[in-house]
Order: sequence, then C-alpha cells, then structure tokens
Amino acid sequence: MPSLTRTPRKQVHAHDAPRIPQRGGGRLGYWLYFIPGAILVGVVIFYPIIRNLRLSFFHWRGGRAEEEFAGFDNWIALFQDSEYLQSFQNIFLVIVAMVIVPTLLGLVVAAALFDVVGRRFGGKLSSFLRATFYLPQILPIAVAGVMFSWILKPNSDGVLNQFLSFLTGNEVAVNWLGGQYSTAITSTMVLMIWIQIGYPVVIFMAALQRVEPELYEASELDGANWFQRFRAITLPMIRPEVFVVALTTTIAALKVFAPVFILTMGGPSKSTYVPSFYAYQEFIRGTDKGYAAAIASSITIVVLIVSVIFIKAQHRAERKDA
Amino acid sequence: MTTAPATRLSPPGSKHRPAGTKHKKRGRTPSEWIVLVLIALGALIVVFPMLLLLINAFKSPVDYANSNPLELPEALSFDGIKAFWSGNNFPRALWNSVFISGMVAILAVVLSVLNAFAIGIGRVKGRTWLILVFLMANLVPQEMLFDPLFKLYDDLGLLSNPWSVIITFTVIQSAFGTYLLSSLLGTFPKEILEAAAVDGASRFRSLRSIIVPILKPTLSVLMVFFFIWTWNEFLLPLAFLNTDDSLTVPLVLEQLNGERQTDTTTLVAGTLISIIPTIIFFLIFQRTLTRGITAGAVK
Repeated sequence: MPSLTRTPRKQVHAHDAPRIPQRGGGRLGYWLYFIPGAILVGVVIFYPIIRNLRLSFFHWRGGRAEEEFAGFDNWIALFQDSEYLQSFQNIFLVIVAMVIVPTLLGLVVAAALFDVVGRRFGGKLSSFLRATFYLPQILPIAVAGVMFSWILKPNSDGVLNQFLSFLTGNEVAVNWLGGQYSTAITSTMVLMIWIQIGYPVVIFMAALQRVEPELYEASELDGANWFQRFRAITLPMIRPEVFVVALTTTIAALKVFAPVFILTMGGPSKSTYVPSFYAYQEFIRGTDKGYAAAIASSITIVVLIVSVIFIKAQHRAERKDA
Repeated sequence: MTTAPATRLSPPGSKHRPAGTKHKKRGRTPSEWIVLVLIALGALIVVFPMLLLLINAFKSPVDYANSNPLELPEALSFDGIKAFWSGNNFPRALWNSVFISGMVAILAVVLSVLNAFAIGIGRVKGRTWLILVFLMANLVPQEMLFDPLFKLYDDLGLLSNPWSVIITFTVIQSAFGTYLLSSLLGTFPKEILEAAAVDGASRFRSLRSIIVPILKPTLSVLMVFFFIWTWNEFLLPLAFLNTDDSLTVPLVLEQLNGERQTDTTTLVAGTLISIIPTIIFFLIFQRTLTRGITAGAVK
C-alpha cells in the first residue's frame, strides 16, 4: 500500500486541501453535499428567525389582520413589562437549579464515585451507581413533570403532604405548586436538579479517567487527604469538562420550558414565568404576535451572546494553558 | 485500523484501568464506607420517585384512597394500567413516538454525514462559519421557531402529521451530528482516501463504501442519542400535533394530567407505563449511551 500513497499531488496548503485528491470538479463539487442541509436549515431555522425578527417591529393580531409598523415599540415595552422582567429574574434561579447546583454536586458525586467507590469497592458498583444517577436524564421531561406534580399534589392526598403528616403527626396540606411563589419555584427547581444531576456526573467521571493514577498514589504517599487531592489534582485536570457542562446547561436553562409548563403553568399569578413560557403564552393567547416575537427574539439574542462569551472564555483559558 | 476514528470517542486511557484492582492490599477505612453510604443514599433519593410510582401504580382506586403512598398495595390491581392503556389509545401514541423518533434518528444521521463530508473531508472555504450556521439549529430557542413553522406546516397541510415533527427535528438534531462528525472527519486517515481515489472511486463512492462503514460505531451512538432526544421533546410536538391520534407519549400523559376528572391511579399507572419504554431503551443501550455522552464533551 505505501507506494500508492506516494502518488504526486499538487502542494496546496496542507491544512486547506480537501482530504481526497482533486480530480475534475475541484472543491466546488463538495458544495453539492450541502444542498439538502442548506435547504432544510434555511427553511426550518433561518426563515423563522428572520420572520420573527421582522415581526418584532410590527403589531400584528395574527390571522388575516393587517400588520402595523411599530418601530421599537415592542422592544421598549419589554423593559417596562413586569411579567417579562420577572421571567428573566426567574432565569437566574433556573441557572442555580440547572447549572450551579448540578455542577457542584456532580463534581462531588463523580469524584467520590471514581476515587472512593470505583477504586476501593469495585468498578461494577460505581458504574451501577453512575447509571442510577443518570436515569432521570433520559426520561421525557414532561413525564418527569407529571410524576412530580403527582407527588406534590395539594391537600392531604398529595404524596409529600401525606409523608409530612406521617412524620409530624399533624395533618399537613401545603399547596406546593399553586399556593405561593416560594414553594412553587422551589418545587420547580428541585425537579430541575433531579433531572440534571446525572449529566455532570457521567461527563466528569469520564474526564477523571484521564488523570494518571500515579499522581494520586504519589500524593497519597505524601500524606495529602482526599480534599487536598481533589483540589490540587482532580479539579485542574477536568476543567475543560466543567466548561462544557456549564456552557451546555446554561443554554438549556435559558431555553427551559417543559418543567414550568407541566408543574406550575407559570402560576401562581404568573410568578413562575420563564421567558420561553412567556413567549409561548403570548404567541398562543396574546393579542399581539409582534410582542411575542420580540420576547422570543430577545431570548435568542441572549442565548447567542452567552454562547459567544463562553466560547471566547474557553479559548482564552486554553491559550493560557498552552 | 478500521476502528481508529471510533476509539477516539471513548475517553482516553479507559482501556487499561480495571478500577479497584490496584489497592486491594489496604483495608477499607471507615471514612470510605461513609462516602459509599452517602453516595448510595443519593442514588436512592434519585430513584425514589420512580419506586413510588411502581408501588402505587398497582393499587386499585379504593386501595389508593385508603392507604399511605409508601405502603405496598393490598393486592395487585391492574385497573389503572388497563384504564390508561385503552382510554388514551396508548398503543397509537407509542407507535407515533417510535415512528417519529426512528425516522429522525435515521434522517438526521444521513444529513449530518453529508454536511460533515463537505466540511471535514472537502474542507470547503469558510467551514468554521458553516459549522456555526448548522449549530444555530441547536442554539435557537424553540419558541422562536414555533409560530412561523406552525403557519408553514398549516399551509402545507402537515399539521398533526408526524412529518412536521420529523422534518423539524431532523434539522435540529443534525446540528450536533454535523459538529461532531466534522471534527472526526477532519482527522480521518488520509492514506485510505487517497488509495480509494487512485483505485478510481468517486467521492460519493468513497463516502458510501469507505467513510460510512468506518464511522459506523459513532453513527450508531448518534442514532441512539437522536432517538432519545426526539422521544423526549415537548414544546414543538405540543404545538404541531393536535389531533388525538397524532399525539406522542409525553403529550398523551400531559393531556391526561391536565384533565380534572382523571383518576389518580390511572395517572400514576400511565406515568409508569410512559417511563417503561425509555428504561428498556436505557438498559439495552447503556454502554453506547455513556460512550456517547462523553463523545461531544471534549473536542
């Protein structure tokens, strides 16, 4: 075979050359392979984006009604809309529940599973426990939501209320989801943490396999305790994975919809609105689709800005390491 | 040789690390036992809601009303399961979910391969931007898509038709596939491709008979993922699928949950049944899954 690879070929910049030698058609031929992808992405993704961006500068009641040019009216109105501002405030709590808590808990669980359970009690047990933590990740969120709303039913027939009655001896009947903001948002956050926890655990455990076991053994001999090893060896080694987890879960948090839709429907009195849910409600029930489009466009812009910031930060961190 | 690109997906170093074989000499310390107990407790908390479902799904309505949710059923009752199964046309929803997710899994992998071939092998100009263009499908919030697409599918007569969801998610899922496969193909062994070209294979022939077979393990991981992700989708199917016989599994359960007169045992049994397909899938593809989740992570 080696003789075949030595066929003469034009010296193009090695990095830019197609990986199959040219023969007629040149590089243009490769663009043919984009045709299905380009058409589909154009129709399914970019057409809606452009349409909604445009619509956000109009008032439109939908259907056959006339569109009325509105300039920046809708965009200015966003900042005076208390429901909109509330929905973005809630996003910070969603980020706590979907990004911060799962990442921190995930670090601890992954380190304990890998370092203690895996090394001292056997790999089988640690993979079994890892799979258990991951299980909620593959359930449909809607199904998980229905399960939680069953557990959190108001009045004394709710599972959690019955359990608390049993513990305290008094009849407990808390309306977890419909009663007040604090219990509703906390319940929603617990559901999110429950769903998310498995993702960082699995990613971090895979990352830990990269760490040389000799490093641990050496530090153990030096008398470092578990926490010192965690801080000095584990954490720096898996920093790239922490970044990836933080990026993907933050984007998921900004787009969160189903847990709110299933558990609270934005209630009580619209206090648990998140931006996605608000946009959806306005598109379906609102009187101005232009305003709904402005809400949706604003979320899209925030998602794009956050992604760019994250990716830039990651690049800088990588360069520092190099 | 043939598995070279695939092994890059498994975490480096994972082949030689029989965890737990090394430190057998030293005994387990009490603090290590405490860590184990705490972690096992955490795992128990995670599965606890599902255990509750399992206990309560087999209670008769009377038994459920008179007992504590933590108590085992007095006698196995299949009332709730029967009521859910027949009352909500569950077999139809199951088929809809399988059909939609299966089609998306196949079509999105095909689309990802085509895009990634031009980017990773063809190295077309502006490929970094092209990857970003395709990734947009993954970044854009779905509420930005739903109203214009609703109108589009309405005009095309595709509302409440599985193809509205299939087309949409083929595009959305292929974003991740394009990204992952482009970077894999960017390092595809050049010698193989050159040898094929010398033997007279056309580009498409090289793609079909050389690249795709070598990528097969990765493509199957992608398929499993696209299947599960599509199975779990909620917002857009909720918007596009409105007739009773077009609903997917999550939609049927959500609809049942919204009805006031729904009997609790029916709802609990329904939730359990809706979870079962996912769990079966999880057990079958556990290995593929853990390999796949980590695939996209560090690259």
